Amino acid sequence: MEVPQPNPDRLDATFAALAHPTRRAILARLVSGEASVTELARPFAMSQPAISKHLKVLERAGLISGGREAQRRPRRIEGEALAVATGWLERYREVWEGNFQRLDTLLEELKADEAERGRRKRKGDDE
Amino acid sequence: MTNIGLLEVTTPSDREIAMTRVFNAPARLVFDAWTKPELIKRWLGVRAGWTMAVCDVDLKGGGAYRFVWRGPDMTMGMRGLYREVVRPERLVSTEVFDDPWYEGEAVDTMVLVERDGKTTVTTTVRYASREVRDAVIKSGMATGVAEGYDKLAELLASIA
Repeated sequence: MEVPQPNPDRLDATFAALAHPTRRAILARLVSGEASVTELARPFAMSQPAISKHLKVLERAGLISGGREAQRRPRRIEGEALAVATGWLERYREVWEGNFQRLDTLLEELKADEAERGRRKRKGDDE
Repeated sequence: MTNIGLLEVTTPSDREIAMTRVFNAPARLVFDAWTKPELIKRWLGVRAGWTMAVCDVDLKGGGAYRFVWRGPDMTMGMRGLYREVVRPERLVSTEVFDDPWYEGEAVDTMVLVERDGKTTVTTTVRYASREVRDAVIKSGMATGVAEGYDKLAELLASIA
């Protein structure tokens, strides 16, 4: 399959917008779904106008867009931003997902061992 | 909480990266799996082709730990100190990699909350500064972007 080449100007705007940790945190939040300005401002020690400023930068870079509900104006992450934002989260996720699947298996074993010890102890108490 | 197996990765502040995961086991077993060498060796970082060559744990406040992994053609090591050990609810430790890919040491805080036999584990890595955390994220982001463009068409198609 042909891989589309990214537009360099658009990429510059994207990276400039992503250069700020608050804006990346906003994107990380939007990965899990649409949110209003109030919802987005909540985790930050920042005023709503300050958050709105960051949202404008993200909108100009084409990373987010406003939703259909005019009043609440929920913001939504755009596809490219989603790919970038989930890219670094994915890296963490993949490594740890592998770890945690092995841990799940180990925990099942430990639970079974505990149950077995419990059964033996009860049996011993009965005798 | 029924989201067993769902791993959440977030950035709660400008110096931190956090992960949340629910395990289908009581907190004492999860805590042991995270702190007993014979159990750590069974899951932490031992992806295909990798084993843990060193796994030393002195589990007490001020105690040290040392982990070394051996892979197909390289080894990777890290060390740190335990700052708070409260079995089975809380573990705070520092981490430094032998081959450091970020400056200074980071502080890891693990919090375990048990409910109905299931345990929610939140681990938060706090870096020395916003710059360090951003460097960690950027290194991941660069990889993500490089890999991402291969998958971008696919991704965009699925979102559209």
